Amino acid sequence: MNLDNLTIDNARTAISQGKMTATSLAAAFYARIESDDKQVGAYLTLSKERALAKAAEMDTIASRGDPLPPLGGVPVGIKDVMVTRGVRTTAGSKILEQYVPPYDCTAVARMEAAGAVILGKMNCDEFAMGSSTENSAFHPVRNPRDLKRVPGGSSGGSAAAVAAGTAVVTLGSDTGGSIRQPASFCGVVGLMPTYGRVSRYGLIAFASSLDHIGPLTKTVKDAAIVLRVIAGRDPMDSTSADVPVPDYVAELEKPVKGLRVGVAREYFGEGLDAEVRSAVEAAIQQLASLGCEVVPVSLPHTEYAIPTYYVVATAEASANLARFDGVRYGHRSKRATNLSEMYRLSRDEGFGPEVKRRIMLGTYALSAGYYDAYYLKAQRVRSLLAQDFDEAFKKVDAIVTPTSPTAAFRLGEKVNDPLAMYLADIYTVTADLAGVPGISIPCGETQEKLPIGLQILGRHFDEATILRLAHAHERARL
Amino acid sequence: MRVTEKDVLHVASLANLELTEGERQAMLRDLNSILDYIDRLNQLDTSNVPPMAQVSDRYGVDHSKQGSERFAYASREDVLHGLRPSLPREEALSNAPDSDGTFFIVPRVIER
Repeated sequence: MNLDNLTIDNARTAISQGKMTATSLAAAFYARIESDDKQVGAYLTLSKERALAKAAEMDTIASRGDPLPPLGGVPVGIKDVMVTRGVRTTAGSKILEQYVPPYDCTAVARMEAAGAVILGKMNCDEFAMGSSTENSAFHPVRNPRDLKRVPGGSSGGSAAAVAAGTAVVTLGSDTGGSIRQPASFCGVVGLMPTYGRVSRYGLIAFASSLDHIGPLTKTVKDAAIVLRVIAGRDPMDSTSADVPVPDYVAELEKPVKGLRVGVAREYFGEGLDAEVRSAVEAAIQQLASLGCEVVPVSLPHTEYAIPTYYVVATAEASANLARFDGVRYGHRSKRATNLSEMYRLSRDEGFGPEVKRRIMLGTYALSAGYYDAYYLKAQRVRSLLAQDFDEAFKKVDAIVTPTSPTAAFRLGEKVNDPLAMYLADIYTVTADLAGVPGISIPCGETQEKLPIGLQILGRHFDEATILRLAHAHERARL
Repeated sequence: MRVTEKDVLHVASLANLELTEGERQAMLRDLNSILDYIDRLNQLDTSNVPPMAQVSDRYGVDHSKQGSERFAYASREDVLHGLRPSLPREEALSNAPDSDGTFFIVPRVIER
């Protein structure tokens, strides 16, 4: 059994045909984690009891000869910002080091109801704030393709586990690029669905108008299968949209001939690495050779996306993270003698430097005298960024860009320069701000054998088209 | 330098953060550098652009209606137990740093 190339279909078929059991598959993955994850650091917590119970349930179904559900027996990992009943959930933070949630995130519950075997919880930047997973309060994650380099972030553990073959599929979250950028750095597929497509109930909130849940997988088809499972209205999340969920796998097979693919010059400017540029340009040529019409488009406000993002996201984070006060859950300082000291000292001891920086920036942007100048200004520019996409999508069906301006950087390279780290998300944040879906797929390698990612952005709720283009590209490369 | 040491102290107190002397100095440097970068938003004239608070304002909304009726899709019947029963007390208190089995316990609130 080759765990490296295992996809959802391979695993599920082998289990249904009795070639292996879900239990033995889960055991094989745990053995692999035991031997290989020490150097990568993708996992924070293992959930063996829960995994083996689910695997046994799937084995019973298979032994009866009944059809397995869509993810029947498939070993998966969950980014540690999604709560799991009875399984420690830390958000990569000391403040939640001992937190054992009393309920399940909807996306997790839907994965499990579809038969997924949850191996454990994936390492990430603290509260999903970061682009390298070096902000995890526990340990950094290393890129399986080159252990001296970062896996990207904040879903670095989720991407690294898929790349290292220590999970078939993982869930991540994307607020400014946190699914797509690590997918690009690790050479896997990462899909951020449309805002509202997947319920965020049980996702520990970072920035509520920007947070998305989505899959990281080896293949585009696997991303399509998982999206179908987790998408759709959830009464527990009022921002989840009541929009029909298509059969994404069936949609993959439709031809891409005649689709109009936009190329925006704003994504090919200063700061783009030459090797990344040529790989992405080759991918665009290849889509053209498959019959797509390549159309130049403009997204003129792109250069304002990062500053807009760091106002909106930090403002929302400062409000969302106010709940960590040491009263109902999480770390409480032992040094406090009165209530206000308890709040301050618990937060001081529990939060890491990047989280504090963002809470401070967001609180500043929302504070009296600065609200109009920063927060309201950023919200207005956000409208312009969303309008850029509205205009472009009148002319094209999808937009193709690099996912990140460079391949994976070295550990420690950007940790002391917050602004340089923020710029790693320059091609991904716009989609979060506009709420449009995006996927990153591997499109080549640098001379140093580091993966390069191609990003495909689509219209609101049109994941089917970007998946179809991604699938066509993937198939043409093989 | 738009943010001063006094601002850092004020904002830290609004955010319920204490910050060590070293953290305050780093924060002063980082906030000023990030805000300088954010300043480029002022290159844009946005006087006639409406603020965008939520992506979901842009879909699922019935624009022919007024007020909360525009978001009718997200509403539900008001029922006694809501969407699910509340957590049993024991579970709700299970992560509490301090509790007596009925309430969360916190340090003295009123000082004399």
